[in-house]
Amino acid sequence: MPLVSIVDVRKSFGANEVLKGVSLPVEKGDVVAIIGRSGSGKSTLLRCVNGLETHDAGSIMVDGLEVGGAKTDMRALRRHVGMVFQQFNLFPHLTALGNVTLAPRVVEKMGEGRARELGLEMLAKVGLAEKRDAYPSQLSGGQQQRVAIARALAMRPKALLCDEITSALDPELVNEVLRVVEKLAGEDMTLILVTHEMRFARDVGTKLVFMHQGRVHEQGAPKALFAAPQTAELQQFIGASFK
Amino acid sequence: MADFSLWVITSNLLLATRWTIALSLVAFVSGGAVGLLLLLARMSASGALRRFVSLYVEFFQGTPLLMQLFMLCFGAALFGVEISPWMAASLALTFWTSAFLTEIWRGCVESVPKGQWEAGSSVALTYVEQMRYVILPQALRIAVPPTVGFSVQVIKGTALASIIGFVELSRAGAMINNATFRPFLVYSITGLIYFALCYPLSLLAKSLERRLNAAG
Amino acid sequence: MIYKLQFADLLPYWDVLARGFVFTVALTVVSTMAGVLVGTLGACARTFGPRWLAGLLGAYVELIRNTPFLVQLFFVYFGLPAAGLKLTETQAAFIAMTINLGAYSTEIIRAGSEATPKGVIEAGVSLAMTRLQVLRHVVLKPAFQKVWPALASQIIIVMLGSSVVSQISAEDLTYAANFIQSRNFRAFESYFVVALAYLLLAVLTRAILRALGSRLFPKA
Repeated sequence: MPLVSIVDVRKSFGANEVLKGVSLPVEKGDVVAIIGRSGSGKSTLLRCVNGLETHDAGSIMVDGLEVGGAKTDMRALRRHVGMVFQQFNLFPHLTALGNVTLAPRVVEKMGEGRARELGLEMLAKVGLAEKRDAYPSQLSGGQQQRVAIARALAMRPKALLCDEITSALDPELVNEVLRVVEKLAGEDMTLILVTHEMRFARDVGTKLVFMHQGRVHEQGAPKALFAAPQTAELQQFIGASFK
Repeated sequence: MADFSLWVITSNLLLATRWTIALSLVAFVSGGAVGLLLLLARMSASGALRRFVSLYVEFFQGTPLLMQLFMLCFGAALFGVEISPWMAASLALTFWTSAFLTEIWRGCVESVPKGQWEAGSSVALTYVEQMRYVILPQALRIAVPPTVGFSVQVIKGTALASIIGFVELSRAGAMINNATFRPFLVYSITGLIYFALCYPLSLLAKSLERRLNAAG
Repeated sequence: MIYKLQFADLLPYWDVLARGFVFTVALTVVSTMAGVLVGTLGACARTFGPRWLAGLLGAYVELIRNTPFLVQLFFVYFGLPAAGLKLTETQAAFIAMTINLGAYSTEIIRAGSEATPKGVIEAGVSLAMTRLQVLRHVVLKPAFQKVWPALASQIIIVMLGSSVVSQISAEDLTYAANFIQSRNFRAFESYFVVALAYLLLAVLTRAILRALGSRLFPKA
């Protein structure tokens, strides 16, 4: 059974149907890169996976729990699914370490000492151990995003959702964040990334999903798909992206 | 019968409201004038003047308005001056208002960027000219919303004049209550009249502030 | 005519002054805690609660902010008993001050909590926090940090405003001054000394609240 299985998911905002029946299995250790134009529904799909948006129809199962199911404890589910946002969304009143340790402390009821240890370990993992006492406002965008990744990792998630995590960054800061994600991929973390970084999707992804008008238009092995897109839309999209 | 007394209560309260309005106007206008003088003293080169103003502000903002009223009444008596409740209330509210307004306005003047002073002196304006043509016009714009907002505090402050025997809205409310024994009704109407005076000013202050923020 | 101030005439009444001082401090402390609690709940309900509740709270805030505390106090002390709720002077003073500070702090804290970006709340939700945990750690803490100075100023204003509770014979500092001057006929001296006591309280309160703020909500 896949770690995340998305089956025929539909979602509308008012009269606008943004997901028109999306199905996608994600196996443990997969690095799924979802690409597509803005408005194709890729971010909405990602947000449905941990219940930030509720889907109207279809089903999403994560590690045996049904998202939005009547009997599902959504908090239990969210403990297994980390999320990193485009705008970082760090807690502005907490230091880097405070950001990383907050959820372990209040959700996992971890002791101060152990939480600190874990937090430092996670910050070290993203290369920011020395910034532990810095507040978000004192960090660059790239550093903030790496803290956000450490914050999500501190909950020991089984899968990590990344919603255009480099889109709000200055170009020179993109790579430091992608290197962290690549490292996670190398450690067998299950990743679902909505991204505009085509090279990264091709080189690090194990699976490429091209979304178009609320549907999975094409999917497959990234290198093969980039080399020989089957549909005109993907061909066009790749052409525009690599220019 | 009930309708009749409701009308009597309301009309008497409304009559007394004239004095609340009069006292508010006097306090606000003369308090504004004194506040302006204090502002100039606060911004002056003289260290003694600046210290005086900050002590003045500290005292009037750090003690209850009621104490200020009492001290004024009884302080005047010490000098053998018989002072009417109206005079005492006007004077005390003037001092109190001036302390708050001068502090509000100082904040507005200080919020004008330093570069504006420098720009002023770079075109050879004197201190007074910089103040007159560059700083004050900008500070004035920022100062209008909080000043209007403070007028609400002045109106509410006038209620304390009732305690030293000046018959305005609150005093009239207490007197009518003593006569009718209908405190719930009397103080509800009294409160509503204050609300009718203050709320439009609060709304005005808020909308002015929004407009100022929108203008950038 | 030169009048000589006679502060020595106050000395026999030091215990009256001390009792009034303690009363004012106690009344301020208790109604500050209750008022800020009301304000915290009010701000949350106004921001995240149902429409009708938010509307009701909005009316409460505006009604209190646009009427004098003295009238609110009289309404509580004279009006509520007429409606069947008997209150002592101290209870009435406490209730009126709590209602008053509650309204101001609702508005102040709301201004802070509304500034929380939606994404930051979502980050908390994504980390498996409960709604209450998100509210406490993600919304309220930074809100308090931001508005603490404004809240402290308001607490001092309410403390100074509490001098009118003497008008319903609650035995506070001002009541002490009234009592003393009715005995020794040194009105100006009594009110002057009590005014200085209030000034001292205001300065102390400001210092304590500032220290408390930097302890509870360390600044970024």
